[in-house]
Amino acid sequence: MTITKTGARRLAVKARCLVVMIAIPALTGCVQIDTPDKPIEINLNINIRQEVVYRLDGDAKKLIEQNSEIF
Amino acid sequence: MMRWNSGKLTGLALAAVAATAAVALAVPSAMAQRDPAYAAARAAGQVGEQPDGYLGFATAPTPAIRALVQDINIKRKAAYTERAQATGSTVEQFAFTSGCNLIASTKPGEKYLTPGGAWKTRDASPPERDARCP
Repeated sequence: MTITKTGARRLAVKARCLVVMIAIPALTGCVQIDTPDKPIEINLNINIRQEVVYRLDGDAKKLIEQNSEIF
Repeated sequence: MMRWNSGKLTGLALAAVAATAAVALAVPSAMAQRDPAYAAARAAGQVGEQPDGYLGFATAPTPAIRALVQDINIKRKAAYTERAQATGSTVEQFAFTSGCNLIASTKPGEKYLTPGGAWKTRDASPPERDARCP
């Protein structure tokens, strides 16, 4: 299989198109995102209400007391 | 054949009983002190208490400290899960309530995570805790 002159030219055009297609987003779509300097905060607000915390407080204290090696 | 099977089953049952007994025996010793490596990491401020009831790393951990903390957190989660079931709450609710207590009982020099997500060293003043903590 040989590549004719026109075939080679077509290939070259295709290659150039590809380079442009890759290069354009790379140049224009450059959004810099900085990593946060603070640790990521975990939102604990879901499903934990103060009344529940108060109700469980005694049990939590007991658990900590009875398993001191893991606390 | 059947006899051999039942013999094997009896053996398994005995092994299970022995394992349970071993756990039961291990419980009183489990009431003991913290692992010295854990106690040292806590005192050095490498690990600290988080509002979610688990331990976290205040500084980049060594592989040994990472493994130690993971092990403790797995045990904590098991304990929270058991107590959550017994009290009709979720694991997160029980863990959070424990976290309130654990941060309150940190000793001066130890680290804790504030609700804002910053590691602080406990001093003589009360620690910064979630508004829902008792």
